[in-house]
Amino acid sequence: MQLQIQGLTRRFGDFVANDAIDLTIEPGEIHCLLGENGAGKSTLMNMLYGLLEPSDGQILLDGEPVTFTSPKDAINAGIGMVHQHFMLVPVFTVAENVMLGREGGPVLNRGAAARKVRELSERYGLHVDPKARVEDIPVGVQQRVEILKALANDAKILILDEPTAVLTPQEIDELMEIMRQLKARGTSIIFITHKLREVKAVGDRISVIRRGKLVGTAEPTASEAELAEMMVGRAVKLTVDKDAPHVGAPVLEVRNLTIIDPRGHEVVKNVSLEARAGEVLGIAGVQGNGQTELIKSLLGLVRPSAGEVMLDGDEITRLGPRRTLEAGIGYIPEDRSHDGYVAEFSVRENLVLDLYRSDEFSSGPALKLAAIEANADHRIEEFDIRTTSRETPVGSLSGGNQQKVVVAREFSRPLKVLIASQPTRGVDVGSIEFIHKRIIAERDKGTAVIIISTELDEIFALSDRIAVMYDGRVVDTVSPDIQREEIGLLMAGGTKDAGTNQGGAA
Amino acid sequence: MSAPADAPVAATAPTRPVRDRADKLRQLKLVVTFGLVTALVLWMALSIDDPNVLYLNAPLPDKDHQPEAFNGLRLVWIALVICAAALVAAVANVIPRNAWSAVIFGAVGLAFYMAFTIWYYADQTGVVESWIVNPLPSTLKYCPPLVLGALAGVICERAGVINIAIEAQLLMGAFFGWVIAAMAYSNGAGLVAAALAGVVVALVLGLFSLRYHVDQVVVGVVLIALALGLTTFLKGQIPTPEENKDLSTLLSDSPDPLAPIEIPGLSSIPVIGRALFNQSILVYIALLAPFVVWFLLYQTRWGLRVRAVGEHPKAADTVGIRVNRVRWQAITLGGALAGLGGAFFTVGSSTTFNDNASNGQGFMALAAVIMGRWHPVGATMAALFFALTAAMKDDFGLVTKVPSQLIAVAPYLATLIAVAGFVGRVRPPAADGEPYVKD
Repeated sequence: MQLQIQGLTRRFGDFVANDAIDLTIEPGEIHCLLGENGAGKSTLMNMLYGLLEPSDGQILLDGEPVTFTSPKDAINAGIGMVHQHFMLVPVFTVAENVMLGREGGPVLNRGAAARKVRELSERYGLHVDPKARVEDIPVGVQQRVEILKALANDAKILILDEPTAVLTPQEIDELMEIMRQLKARGTSIIFITHKLREVKAVGDRISVIRRGKLVGTAEPTASEAELAEMMVGRAVKLTVDKDAPHVGAPVLEVRNLTIIDPRGHEVVKNVSLEARAGEVLGIAGVQGNGQTELIKSLLGLVRPSAGEVMLDGDEITRLGPRRTLEAGIGYIPEDRSHDGYVAEFSVRENLVLDLYRSDEFSSGPALKLAAIEANADHRIEEFDIRTTSRETPVGSLSGGNQQKVVVAREFSRPLKVLIASQPTRGVDVGSIEFIHKRIIAERDKGTAVIIISTELDEIFALSDRIAVMYDGRVVDTVSPDIQREEIGLLMAGGTKDAGTNQGGAA
Repeated sequence: MSAPADAPVAATAPTRPVRDRADKLRQLKLVVTFGLVTALVLWMALSIDDPNVLYLNAPLPDKDHQPEAFNGLRLVWIALVICAAALVAAVANVIPRNAWSAVIFGAVGLAFYMAFTIWYYADQTGVVESWIVNPLPSTLKYCPPLVLGALAGVICERAGVINIAIEAQLLMGAFFGWVIAAMAYSNGAGLVAAALAGVVVALVLGLFSLRYHVDQVVVGVVLIALALGLTTFLKGQIPTPEENKDLSTLLSDSPDPLAPIEIPGLSSIPVIGRALFNQSILVYIALLAPFVVWFLLYQTRWGLRVRAVGEHPKAADTVGIRVNRVRWQAITLGGALAGLGGAFFTVGSSTTFNDNASNGQGFMALAAVIMGRWHPVGATMAALFFALTAAMKDDFGLVTKVPSQLIAVAPYLATLIAVAGFVGRVRPPAADGEPYVKD
């Protein structure tokens, strides 16, 4: 089936998320849609899937114009979508998730649904247990369920929205193999990503979107630098300049830390780590392997069930966030909109969120407004925060500038340890370069830096030492000159020596 | 591990089991509660002087059935053994976390109930000695508003709509059931009207919470206040015979409350026969409803969709399910059930409507939803427990060993302890109370 998009436009108020996009997807091709976060890729796909109505333009299937007012229309027309955030009901079984919406009768026939799942998973080599509960299976398997859901509806065109973000390198390879198989059977695939390596590995054609506009099409033979330039609009440096670290004494020590989450699961299991002055410790791992909880416990946001956290030899395990921050820990949270800033507060106010108590910005109960304003002007300039004024609410800035506000605030205090969790998630390439440079500068000032990232490229670019987490444990600590494949094995629960052991992909 | 980059790491370091604070707290709660229960039962066993108590195996004495004395103290000692065993299990931390824990709680609760009843009826000082009766028939007689209200809550919340307004649905069902039953001189018409009144409340809830995304708890609380005010006001508008003789006569002449329907044969089964098979149609509906609701939620297409929109509405939307339509259906069905439950207060048991007839039972039903972990069978069990405590209040009224006010408070106290302490780690439907807004 051929899919044509003609002049498709979507406006949100004054903002044009998609501007007259023309695109043709030929039958049986893997068409990559490359673009930065916020470039408008997801908006385009949501229109294709009936979740959003276009403001203008049309969609043609095999030359026939179609209009989708709900996902049901798109499904019936043969379009399937695997969403970036999986659309699976966690408490349902695999079979229940696949049958939802196409149950085939008023009374459920779970046996038939399980048979259908088994048959499909055999035909396409997507191994899943139809009776397993979705919340109990690994993310990579959940993604297979999502693909099965689309295939169960006889999808001729499959949209994969950032499917690799949550996968280990091995799982990514498996996914690509699945994509090639589907292509061989005549399914067209629209593969959305911002990762250049993947585009080159699997794509037949590459379309690049920038700020809502289609800026060009490329062949997979194009170099990464060319693709990056198309995506960002200027030449980009893909590596971070840094010198060898001057490693000092251990500053932050984590000893035998164990955390049990509210559901009673042990999410961090007997973890010991140390961060040393003047060194970047990267914590690699697939999302959901205990990194979030580990970091929150370092900040005092989560009370561990056992173990301790020591800062310069003093225990800080039970200090709570405020005194932990005051003890000299800087924190860039993984979800900035949740823990990083108050969206309705101005840039000026957000820049002193954890500093307003200091003598510099307050005396007694009163805030020193002049000092806070001066601080804001100074930080906005120093960190190149692109805002119309210091009074602009942070919620209305772009992702990259929101993150710069958080970074600027955390770097305004003398730090012993900087903990940066996903420091460049949802941030444009220009800001990524800037934030990375500042992090390395902080390291060179002698601060112990901990970077948590699910993006291996970022881990490799910044780290001097890499701890790999899997299933709540630190499975190994390695040096950054390790091969991608080796670290990929560790992220999947294998060990460096036993390279054949591939756990977690049941 | 803090080893240098290239040093081997002992991945299989011996780890001692770590206990979560929540886990320790749970054990503490169990030990304290079972300890208190055991101590109370021991005190009761020791304070009984005359081990003989009277028991009557019939609603009222007649020539075939006379109260008989039996040695109750022995049963109190058995109860003590059960409670002590549970206490030991709690101290040793071997109480399982699965469905067996409910069995243990049930056993301890039953043992305590038995011991308390025998202690209560032993050593009576009154002129006439009262006797113990089987609590099951009156428990089931009282259960329709609680069971049907709880099921209404389960259906709504499974679809992701918080229904605080069960109380309002009971009250409106009670009032309009009574009015229509009197006007049509038909209990059947009254039941239908009660269900419809519950649906009307549900529709108002739906209008505000689904269409206008108002906070569902706030809407629910307002609806309760509205139902209380409206029914009281309308009752007050009923004319006296001097003002309007026809209408007054019409409304004062209600049909007799629903009569028990005895199922021949089955009703003579010992202990449970009279409780299960000699009840009004409303009780039979309340006893069948849990199974119907369970089947609907877990075995039908509609139920799968209801649970999907309550857990992850966006996932349901992306497979073509109209989220709000399913939610409307769920709250409508819930409203009908709760309204029908409300009919118990008028059509089911009385020929008149008293102001605030439901008297907080909607809130008890809400507690039953949570205690029953949003599951139709669990919620029904919890509702039956509350009905039992309500029946106790009636049955125990003839003896005054404990102030009757204290007995009246018992169900609420039990609710508080159960909901606060022992529901444990409950997981409500993930999208409960969240309006679905497309972005």
